Amino acid sequence: MIDELELLRDRLASWSGDNLTFMEVCGTHTMAAARSGLHSLLPPKIRLISGPGCPVCVTPVDYLDHALALAKLDGVTIATFGDLMRVPGSVVPGSIDDTSRAAPPSLADARARGADVRIVYSPLDAIALAARYPERHVVFLGVGFETTAPILAASILIARDQELDNFSMLSAAKTIPEAMEALANADDLALNGFLCPGHVSVILGANAYLPLAENHGIPCAIAGFEPLEIMRGVASLVGQVQSREARVDNCYPGAVCPEGNRKARETLYRVFEPADSIWRGLGKIPGSGLALRSEYSVFDASARFDIALPKPVEPKGCRCGEVLRGVLKPEGCGLFGTTCTPEAPRGACMVSSEGSCAAAYHYTTGERR
Amino acid sequence: MCLAVPMSVLSVSGDHGRVRSAGVEMDISLALVEDVHPGDYVIVHAGFAIQRLSAEDARETLEIFARLEKSLADDSSR
Repeated sequence: MIDELELLRDRLASWSGDNLTFMEVCGTHTMAAARSGLHSLLPPKIRLISGPGCPVCVTPVDYLDHALALAKLDGVTIATFGDLMRVPGSVVPGSIDDTSRAAPPSLADARARGADVRIVYSPLDAIALAARYPERHVVFLGVGFETTAPILAASILIARDQELDNFSMLSAAKTIPEAMEALANADDLALNGFLCPGHVSVILGANAYLPLAENHGIPCAIAGFEPLEIMRGVASLVGQVQSREARVDNCYPGAVCPEGNRKARETLYRVFEPADSIWRGLGKIPGSGLALRSEYSVFDASARFDIALPKPVEPKGCRCGEVLRGVLKPEGCGLFGTTCTPEAPRGACMVSSEGSCAAAYHYTTGERR
Repeated sequence: MCLAVPMSVLSVSGDHGRVRSAGVEMDISLALVEDVHPGDYVIVHAGFAIQRLSAEDARETLEIFARLEKSLADDSSR
């Protein structure tokens, strides 16, 4: 393995063409690259930057505000994946959080103040909670990309089969190819290739990226999660640039096939339909979100509960948006490592287990202010 | 978030399966995959199998993990 890594490193080091910028759009790739120090294996002419691959990070702050408002309701149990627990909601102007400059409230804070918020590994656990405690209404926070979205759909079907009337989902699932298209069109990013996500591609299939290669002329490579597999993906992209090709190279063929997981996609679109969606850092991307179909509205927490929400306020000085677009490195944000740390995060990128800022904070050995 | 380790299927019952990896066993839903049998491997995410792998497909990933584990063990015994 080390031999092949060294071979790939040497092959990349021999690249003598223009500077190349590749983007990965998968939070697990962000973390794997940072944790393994992969960037130190790349020569100065080849950069692998992080894009909006972290579903928690690209979810706008009003989603957290909505979850926090639901958490305050009597009889409501919030069930969530772990990495949403410490993401901050909006700072309310004039509140103690605003004046004390402490980090704004999160679900973890809400729990500390008495709200019933539980971390679950799967939406099935949330369904089990609803079944076990019929006097409580369980709201599951459904955030994720195409790896997670079919799971949200399958869970709603299971809840329907169990005839649960005390379970709903606050859904903010998104789909990645539209965002990649927006990034391919962005004037300030001249991307030479995409490292495509691992498990999103299991669901979507390699063919989903053909429009990027064929219509935009952008080389694509699908990679697994080990540093060796990521390096193979980068090497494929360099090879494509070298031979002036743009195709979709599946470097994760054990798990990803051209057609993807059709059953998962059928399940997904039985329950959800495409909708416009706002991505932190990218703005509104048409058709990139997933909304519950009207026949499942009984499982839609935003329909079940009518709550007045505060106007969303992004944290002052927070540059998550630019980091997510790949135009700013985490260290370039004025809050990085000083006012914004994993212990007291200002924005989602610092606290999410897949956030670029968290990866930079935990794994780079560079100076911190 | 992505659990990339292929998990081996111990038993199947309708849409449910029992899987194991590295000594940990868990029950998962097979609602999103087809034709899964004991002895197969599956990629698991948030309590669901999202892809079936034959033992052959799983082998390379498992081999990478085994070599990684060995090199970590060698490092720590030095």
